[in-house]
Amino acid sequence: MERIPILKMGPFLLVTIQVDLYDRLALNLENDLISMVSKTGARGVLIDISVVSIVDSFMGRILGNIASMSRIMDAETVVVGMQPAVAITLVELGLTLQGVHTALDVEKGMELLHDKIGLGLNSEQEEEGSDDSDE
Amino acid sequence: MSKDTMPILREQDVVPFRNRVREYSTKIGMSLVNQTKLITAASELVRNMLKYAGGGQVKLEIISKNAQTGVRLIFEDKGPGIADIKLAMQDGFTTGKSLGLGLPGAKRLVNEFDIVSKLSEGTTVTITHWKNVR
Repeated sequence: MERIPILKMGPFLLVTIQVDLYDRLALNLENDLISMVSKTGARGVLIDISVVSIVDSFMGRILGNIASMSRIMDAETVVVGMQPAVAITLVELGLTLQGVHTALDVEKGMELLHDKIGLGLNSEQEEEGSDDSDE
Repeated sequence: MSKDTMPILREQDVVPFRNRVREYSTKIGMSLVNQTKLITAASELVRNMLKYAGGGQVKLEIISKNAQTGVRLIFEDKGPGIADIKLAMQDGFTTGKSLGLGLPGAKRLVNEFDIVSKLSEGTTVTITHWKNVR
């Protein structure tokens, strides 16, 4: 059976969706990811959808499910790389992707995950754009 | 390739169908955003067709009106039909376990949307998306 590979990277799981998802594949991904979170104790899940050209409400629901299930298991979910056309379409469709964090690309997504679980280089104290002003 | 019919009988038919819609919209030079909207709407509608009617068929055609070119898709099923179309067109209404965005969402994504349904006979949804509008 076709499966989307899940890579473990430190405390995170990394998924790059390289094909247009059909339902079965998406459901398998949901199952596999949740089992992997449980098995590895991962604290974060990063899903790259930069080559996905269509996100319909089914796919949106799967992403939402992954996020809620991960959260219950103490892991955050970040979806990265959404194409502009997909973002526009999602908004008009009325899909809010509740509970799903998003970031522009994999790098920013990783930063966000680090921040979320408190491993960030600059942790909680200086969130509000204090990059060059203090010290 | 300006007119075609595709049967949609199984979940596996969805991806090839989406690709066909993409071919049609690319052929007339539709922008990427409009393509994405159209394909997403089409994806919602075939999913409904599979889920509530066990499948059906879709007619695809390229049409022109005045100076406009567009893609028209007609989704026909012989399912149980929709008892209350007004209710079915409301956001968040679903008889299944979905988000209830299929019909109203699809309507928002395309330029023209028409639905006709007869109980125990079936449902026909027609959508049209123009190349240059929006």
